[in-house]
Amino acid sequence: MLILHCPYCGVDADETELAAGGEAHLKRFGPGSSDDELHGYLFARENPKGVHLERWRHASGCGKWFHAARCTATLEVFGTYKAQVSGPPQEIRDAISARRPGWSWREFS
Amino acid sequence: MSKPVSALMGAAYDGIVRVEECGLQGMITLRGDLASKPVIAAATGATGQEMPGQRRANVAGESGLCWMSPDELLVLVPHAEVSAKLAAMTTALGDAHSLAVNVSDARAMFRVSGEHAREVMAKLAPVDFAPGAFGPGDFRRSRLAQVAGAFWMEEDGSFRIICFRSVADYVFKLLKVAAQPGSAVGVF
Repeated sequence: MLILHCPYCGVDADETELAAGGEAHLKRFGPGSSDDELHGYLFARENPKGVHLERWRHASGCGKWFHAARCTATLEVFGTYKAQVSGPPQEIRDAISARRPGWSWREFS
Repeated sequence: MSKPVSALMGAAYDGIVRVEECGLQGMITLRGDLASKPVIAAATGATGQEMPGQRRANVAGESGLCWMSPDELLVLVPHAEVSAKLAAMTTALGDAHSLAVNVSDARAMFRVSGEHAREVMAKLAPVDFAPGAFGPGDFRRSRLAQVAGAFWMEEDGSFRIICFRSVADYVFKLLKVAAQPGSAVGVF
């Protein structure tokens, strides 16, 4: 059972209220990009055992998308943050570092 | 003009709580910046209620404002006055980046009242209904078993529930099962 705090409506939402939205902070490559870039954007996904950044939607609630930082091995949630960012904010990075020193995920650490 | 009827024609059930369909209720979805003056003027002007805080509902009778999300309100008005209220709101909104739509006929509303109202609700929604966590005026959008639903608690401890009209029969049956005589848990 996963409980995530929705940063928009302030609810500690049960997993059954949420919809998973896959990996966070994907950089979109569209027309004009190389085949490798498009392939990476479409298909290459992180599958870590440990720290992971994900998108979630409070589907049966306020309907907003947000981000969550959590551990895939222990289901520990380090924090959630709003969707209008291209990387995890400093307080989220600090929260992860406090629990998983030396972590890295894509270009973030 | 044909006579409008509510989804379940006011069906009711008496178990450990009383479940009743509330009949026709005017509902207007208002989206926009909830801090902007035109949106506040449109919402408060239509209902005579103050702007609700996060996850709050200010409702008196058939008029009220419910907080749906950071940029959405549900405006409750008497069903017969929806068109006039919507026109007034559209005027009040003016050029503000916003949207007001009449959704009355897409929805159904129920009331759950009685001593065990919290229990019946807690059987259906993944929400903490403990007296300290959910009180009068608190509003939540969540789910009721398998369908979307929104609800708030009134001053007398009863709940009002809003769901889509297409699932009104399902929600009524859910509430009836949750309110079966002898099914009280006694947790609250």
